[in-house]
Amino acid sequence: MTMQTTITGKAYVLGDNIDTDQIIPAQYLTFNPAIPEEYKQFGKYALSSVPPSQAGLPKGHVPFHTDDEFVSPYKFIVAGKNFGCGSSREHAPIALDAAGIEAVIAEFYARIFYRNAVNGGYLIPFESVERLCERVCTGDELRLDAAQHRLHNQTTGESYELKPLGEVAPILEAGGIFPFARKSGMLKS
Amino acid sequence: MTPMTLTEKILARHAGRDAVQPGDNIWVDVDVLMTHDVCGPGTIGIFKQHFGKDAKVWDRHKVVVVPDHYIFTADKMANRNVDVLRQFVREQNLPYYYDVGTDKYKGVCHIALPEEGHTRPGEVLFGTDSHTCTAGAFGEFATGIGNTDAGFILGAGKLWVKVPPTMRFVFHGQLPPYLMAKDLILAVIGDIGCDGATYRAMEFDGDGVYALNIEERMTLCNMVIEAGGKNGVIAPDKITLDYVNSRNTRGVPYTPVYTDSGAKFIFEKVYDVSKLQPIVAKPHSPDNRAAVAEVRGTKLDRAYIGSCTGGKLTDFRAAAQILKDKSVRIDTFVVPATSEVAAGLKTEKIGGKTLEEVFLSAGAKVGPPSCAACLGGPSDTFGRLNQPLSCISTTNRNFPGRMGHKEARVYLASPLTVAASAVTGVITDPREYME
Repeated sequence: MTMQTTITGKAYVLGDNIDTDQIIPAQYLTFNPAIPEEYKQFGKYALSSVPPSQAGLPKGHVPFHTDDEFVSPYKFIVAGKNFGCGSSREHAPIALDAAGIEAVIAEFYARIFYRNAVNGGYLIPFESVERLCERVCTGDELRLDAAQHRLHNQTTGESYELKPLGEVAPILEAGGIFPFARKSGMLKS
Repeated sequence: MTPMTLTEKILARHAGRDAVQPGDNIWVDVDVLMTHDVCGPGTIGIFKQHFGKDAKVWDRHKVVVVPDHYIFTADKMANRNVDVLRQFVREQNLPYYYDVGTDKYKGVCHIALPEEGHTRPGEVLFGTDSHTCTAGAFGEFATGIGNTDAGFILGAGKLWVKVPPTMRFVFHGQLPPYLMAKDLILAVIGDIGCDGATYRAMEFDGDGVYALNIEERMTLCNMVIEAGGKNGVIAPDKITLDYVNSRNTRGVPYTPVYTDSGAKFIFEKVYDVSKLQPIVAKPHSPDNRAAVAEVRGTKLDRAYIGSCTGGKLTDFRAAAQILKDKSVRIDTFVVPATSEVAAGLKTEKIGGKTLEEVFLSAGAKVGPPSCAACLGGPSDTFGRLNQPLSCISTTNRNFPGRMGHKEARVYLASPLTVAASAVTGVITDPREYME
């Protein structure tokens, strides 16, 4: 995907240290993301190892999927610190992408997840200035203005500043490391 | 010139620059790319999608493929993934492939890499596994990446990296016999938290580090990712060079690199190892530290000794020291990291018995070399927690669901602590079983 400037949709809220095993449990890594039908399967199991009490804050016990078993009704994940820690599995941002997540807003990320999200062009990993996982509720309607790095909560009327994407913005705008490297002459097209 | 840390110097050299500083975004040349059965198929897919279905890898002598994650399983998809690796290795004519079911089969990639001579000081190693940082023990820059980055390297031989600032951890003093490198790294992670080294390098130094054997140094570097570290590194000394040279049978040239005096560290902490205690990380995070004394007596259902962190010969020697002439009170699983470690269990002796005989006569189950239950895996994986059990383990990670069931409780500890706890069925200080 190339980066969209405005994204509107519902938020699914999680806490701190959501690791890659919670995002996509190891037993499902047998699917090969290079095969489109199998890519879709990752959406089905996305976030399936998050303990129920922590799934869909503040209340918890909110299923990530409702009508469609592969695609979730949520467009945003809002989380706390160190999102995506743990393993290097690219299946983690793939699972969120396959489930329909377009942006994650966390306080900060584990570096491999962040690289994978950016270089693979799966979703936009924004960092929040304040701790939003205690301000936003699961189900809130959000509007992300990527260029202005602002997030509007249409349910509560609040507006939150996000950190600028900085050096990864050109990679996200290009749609990942391959188009970026071709554009910058690093790879022959 | 501005003094640089070991990590900065390696990255500068590989970017063809005289100097770099933390925060610089640079393209570096890659010396070795490693992939395995879980991330290899996706990596190969990305490579073909972007470089073409008939494209050749940038340098077939720099690609190492190690099936190790889901090996001894009836899962058809898992076995299909090994076939994807096999097919790619054949079409690319890759010389360094350690296939399942052959004499070349190794097991866990991070232990296979040094055993087979793929880790050398001063080099840049990327691998599609977060514990690739283990190889920092050999004085190189080593870190984990995803499929897209790995697919990019397969075609281009380069990758962009952001130069990390370096944190320095100095260990002084003599390590008491009841402590291991696992206790040291759990202490560090407990101190800085599981995000304490995010985007940073962790350099280990001091006489307490250089007194460790190479396997123990690997344990230290292995777990830097559990603090969010980009890489862990230990400057090479005679122990490193002797090991590397004994394994570098192909005579690949390499240049050791050392931190300049006056190099800047973003953080520094000094430990007196003689004053530390046996440590566990409680559920559900590697930074949830407790002294064994604080949690002793906690009831357990299972013990597990294995993985890249705790499945090396040094780890089994330590466990056997406790388990000799004893019986385990809970299900205890022993998984050597590689076939070489497995062979060592059959030859190395303690009190007239081989290590394997010690484990079997204590009532433990010994499985074939692979990643096995460290990361759960398919439901028929040896030692997997298919029920919400409490397990004490020599592995590296204990987030919810890591070893299988999402309500299982995993305590991380040294092989000494795990073995002592296996004997009693509750968390136990290894000193209770040491002369």
